[in-house]
Amino acid sequence: MIRLPAFDYVAPRTVDDAVRNLADRGPDAMLVAGGTDLFPNMKRGQFEPKTLIGLRGIRELAGVSGDARAGLTIGAATTLSAVASHPDVARRYAALATAAGLVSSPQLRNAGTLGGNVCVDTRCNYYNQSYEWRKAVGFCMKKDGDICLVAPGSDRCWAVSSSDTAPVLWALGATARLAGPAGERTIPVSALYQDDGIVYLAKRPDEILTELALPPADGWDSVYLKLRRRGSFDFPVLGVAVAVRREGEIVREARVVLGAVASTPREAPAAATALVGQRLTSETITRAAEAAAGPAKPLDNTDFTHPYRKRLVRVYVARALGRLAGLHAGPAMEVIA
Amino acid sequence: MTKRFTVVGQPLPKIDAWGKVTGDTRYADDLVLPRLAFGKLLRSPHAHARITRIDTTRARALPGVYAVITGADLPRVKFGILPVSQDEEALCTEKVRMVGDAVAAVAAVNEETADRACRLIEVDYAPLPALMSIQESLAHPEVRIHEYGDGPNVHKNVALQFGDVEAAFAAADLVREDVFFYEGNTHLPMEQHAAVAHATPDGKLTLWSSTQTPHYVHRLLAKILEMPAAHIRVIAAAVGGGFGGKLDPFSHEIAACRLSQLIGRPVKIACTREEVFYIHRGRHPVLMWIKTGFTKAGDITGCHLKTWLDGGAYGSYGVASTFYTGVINPVTYKMPVYKFEGARVFTNKPPCGPKRGHGTPQPRFALEVQLDKAAEQLGLDPADMRRRILVEPFTKTANHLTVTTIGLGECIDRVVEASRWRDKAPRYAAAQAEPSKPLWQPRRRRGVGIACSSYMTGAGTAIYWNNMPHSGVVLRADRSGGVTVLCGATDIGQGSDSILAYLVAEVLGLDPKDVHVHPADTSLTPVDLGSYSSRVTLMCGHAAIQAAERLRAVVFKAVAAKLEVDAATLEARERKVGVAHDWDKAVDFARAVELGEAMHGVLAFAGSYAPPKRAGKYKGGGVGPSPCYSYSACVVELSVDEDTGEVELHDVWIAHDIGRALNPLLVEGQVEGSVYMGIGEALMEAQVFRKNVHKAPSMLEYKTPTTLETPEIHTILVETDDPEGPFGAKEAGQGPLLPVMPAIANAIYQAVGVRVDEIPITPEKVLKGLELKRQGKPARVGPDRVPLFTFKEPIVVESAFGAPAEAIAVRPFADSQT
Ligand SMILES: Cc1cc2nc3c(=O)[nH]c(=O)nc-3n(C[C@H](O)[C@H](O)[C@H](O)COP(=O)(O)OP(=O)(O)OC[C@H]3O[C@@H](n4cnc5c(N)ncnc54)[C@H](O)[C@@H]3O)c2cc1C
Ligand code: SF4
Repeated sequence: MIRLPAFDYVAPRTVDDAVRNLADRGPDAMLVAGGTDLFPNMKRGQFEPKTLIGLRGIRELAGVSGDARAGLTIGAATTLSAVASHPDVARRYAALATAAGLVSSPQLRNAGTLGGNVCVDTRCNYYNQSYEWRKAVGFCMKKDGDICLVAPGSDRCWAVSSSDTAPVLWALGATARLAGPAGERTIPVSALYQDDGIVYLAKRPDEILTELALPPADGWDSVYLKLRRRGSFDFPVLGVAVAVRREGEIVREARVVLGAVASTPREAPAAATALVGQRLTSETITRAAEAAAGPAKPLDNTDFTHPYRKRLVRVYVARALGRLAGLHAGPAMEVIA
Repeated sequence: MTKRFTVVGQPLPKIDAWGKVTGDTRYADDLVLPRLAFGKLLRSPHAHARITRIDTTRARALPGVYAVITGADLPRVKFGILPVSQDEEALCTEKVRMVGDAVAAVAAVNEETADRACRLIEVDYAPLPALMSIQESLAHPEVRIHEYGDGPNVHKNVALQFGDVEAAFAAADLVREDVFFYEGNTHLPMEQHAAVAHATPDGKLTLWSSTQTPHYVHRLLAKILEMPAAHIRVIAAAVGGGFGGKLDPFSHEIAACRLSQLIGRPVKIACTREEVFYIHRGRHPVLMWIKTGFTKAGDITGCHLKTWLDGGAYGSYGVASTFYTGVINPVTYKMPVYKFEGARVFTNKPPCGPKRGHGTPQPRFALEVQLDKAAEQLGLDPADMRRRILVEPFTKTANHLTVTTIGLGECIDRVVEASRWRDKAPRYAAAQAEPSKPLWQPRRRRGVGIACSSYMTGAGTAIYWNNMPHSGVVLRADRSGGVTVLCGATDIGQGSDSILAYLVAEVLGLDPKDVHVHPADTSLTPVDLGSYSSRVTLMCGHAAIQAAERLRAVVFKAVAAKLEVDAATLEARERKVGVAHDWDKAVDFARAVELGEAMHGVLAFAGSYAPPKRAGKYKGGGVGPSPCYSYSACVVELSVDEDTGEVELHDVWIAHDIGRALNPLLVEGQVEGSVYMGIGEALMEAQVFRKNVHKAPSMLEYKTPTTLETPEIHTILVETDDPEGPFGAKEAGQGPLLPVMPAIANAIYQAVGVRVDEIPITPEKVLKGLELKRQGKPARVGPDRVPLFTFKEPIVVESAFGAPAEAIAVRPFADSQT
């Protein structure tokens, strides 16, 4: 069996304590919440931290507060199961409940956290492999090597942003609160990411994500659809998050954000523009869907072929909007292949 | 007269069910011995390379390392499971032929140290060109993967002809030629291979291993380690799934033995999931060309099949696999004339071998899809067409196989009725013409598809030629009233230990719980050849019944003397032996054993079984014969999403001719497991390579369905009471897999009019077909050419089609005395 390498484990009780520990230990230390992403990666040698700073013992990091009218605040160490089953989330921020409820499997959702999901490592099927496998193929720049095997001419890594909740939080206009040695700050979730497979988070390495805040839900409706081979526990290879604010039947604001088709969630502004000021009719939906695929830049480094993933953006955006419009009762949350 | 049974036919739990569900079962990786050392293999990162230097100095110097070995530390003998393909080395010495070939092994104080030591072993390679497909290997005869075989990179080239196919095609109203490809896939047992070896100071060796065939491992270890087989003991640990993946001797077993001999400690090597993908021996990728002639009424006039198998880097069971792509086909439908040509090609990939259905799912897919296409052209209902042309019971096939009972007609009738085929098939076909819905609505179309199949119940010949039993049982009755079964069969999860307990309990009138079944142990249990070819229930079942009847005869004799009755009037039931009309006087079984022992001495009896000798009298005639064949019919109902190409399965109806269900619960379990595995093969599984390396050697990225992707499975058991089976039973472990893939392909065609002649049928391929259809082109996705290749001159034999089967052939050992 592949063994988890040895490491020191620190269990701070407060965010301050965690921030101090992280600063003191520098780049040899990493944060761990549920460990459902980090531990498998450590087994395969993608990360080799000397120390892990566990976040699950910090009370202030877990739990949901506020309400849909004023906005909800979700602690970064809240489990995905807790997020998915929270009544306000389920009722008023439906896409988030859907996305959190579709991450991996029930066991992993009971351990995995929202913060961990937001910070989850980017994925690539040349990278999520054992040390021996990567040696056989040739190491790439994300770990142990210096080229990209997917785009050999490229000087950057194209590993795929594979979080289910990230595109949804982005579409919902959520903000992220970060705590670091220099104090705390709040940034939009859209500013948390950058289009680079290696340095995919725009936060500083010594900052801890402490909470995610959702704006008031009034007038907003949202849907998340996820493409993957198996509905049981696969990562997304395309995620479509759509949020619209309607006055009467007219769409006043809209955001369409695509997941798992680039190294960061990708907003599709042209699709949103096609919706604003319109009713969600068959024609509007078709127009918006046609406009949505532009920002999707999938490469051949996940399950399914990349032309297929690109092609399905249009279909999934149309279906997501169809659901919002109530044009059809629709299938279950997603199609199980 | 119907037989009356008490244990047989009951839906009893498996005898090891409690252990399995509570975690009490001990697999090889659970075994711990005092002073245990942990081993690890260093595997090649190159697909094809010469080894120019191995230096283990640094690894040996690492604290905690007990020993490091290379091929130089093992006798220089090549081995292989088949006598004709001795081409493997436990640790490669001169050349590696795939990524994952083992080159060195380490034993250390723990796994982490062994792992670190492996990385300190220096190996220099001189890379050679890697050949990664059938086409590449045939196109590059100058790059030879092996020096032996039937041609450059051709492991095996076979051709058999039974009757005149050209005349048969000339007599047909419709002749179809189709090309199909079936991608390789792997077994994916839940338990990863593991072995513990213990060389003891007396110079003997014990190996506990997760194996389906302790007997063959025993024989081969003696050869590989150059030691007397009598000093080697192989014990089958509980096996957490095999499916054919644990049927060869493996590097980790051999390395563990050698390391233990060198360091005097027991050594365990447990493979990682990734290593299991390299061990493989799974489904061969097969390219197929099939030409069949049909009459207007749907009769087959003759069939000509060519197969090219991508064998991977070693021989393994490949010669048998090659034959199996051809020889079982004529067992299902009347096929008066048949020609088969097959070639197995070496490539630089993990070796392929026997996976559930061994060599037969690929041609079954081709044949059943082609039948569907022919039915459409002939304007026949595909279910009715199949129903009309079934092989007659107790006749011979063109290639001289003897068919006994065949319940396929009833199987078809039952699935057609249960699925409401007659209502749905025309309705869904008509619905294809309905216009599409708008894009924002999931656009799904329903389809139903049917396919049938047949499979062997045990191979008629052993892997090495011999005249001994294929399965043996020794039964010992205890004064406690308990009975111990010693049998070399391995329970790999299919329930063979339970079957032994049921059959013995049935004959002796006991509760299965009174029967202790000892796991396979070459020093204790009589030989059973192994858990493959669906042979165990039939063969060890007969041996167990024979041993139990012999025991019962002696017990009856003793009880008869005691009760002063005729032994012929005695019955054994409810843990008693007595006369039915005077049951009050019946004696407890424990007492009966004491009486028997007092009269006879120790009550230990043997049973033996070997299949009837029915091999066709031509070269190659030894592959295919079986005591009897099981049959299955399957209807699948599914939807295809027109915009995503995704296939959603709704229901699977499957009827299986089981001969007799010794335990219907176990049979249903095997049928459901087969359906589940078939769904994975049909829709997603693929053992594929990129940059010469397995693309996805993990449980997460090698896609296989989970229970959540598995639809409702409606299992129907059809009983034919076969005279060759123990109490009439046939196999259930492999046959029901076979019709699933073509039934799915046929249902997809019915739903959206797209033919995907290539397994797996991925959403991408379905979408491509839909695109072609929209463009008004033939909506077919699949291979369109076959390699330029010359098959051998065929061995021409007269067709035996329709000849009456000999009366139940005499079985060796059937009446011999104890
Ligand atoms: C089989 C399997 C299937 C999966 N399927 C999915 C899927 O479908 N969709 C999906 O999105 N994910 C999936 N995952 C990944 C993972 O389970 C989830 O993303 C989960 O939400 C991660 O949360 P965690 O708390 O376990 O993160 P951890 O593993 O603890 O951490 C993940 C990363 O985030 C960092 N981190 C964690 N918390 C913080 C914080 N508060 N501040 C700063 N950095 C932090 C860690 O340092 C680490 O780099 C799957 C994993 C597995 C093993
Ligand atoms: S995208 Fe390129 S650099 Fe990044 S992980 Fe994949 S192969 Fe490596």
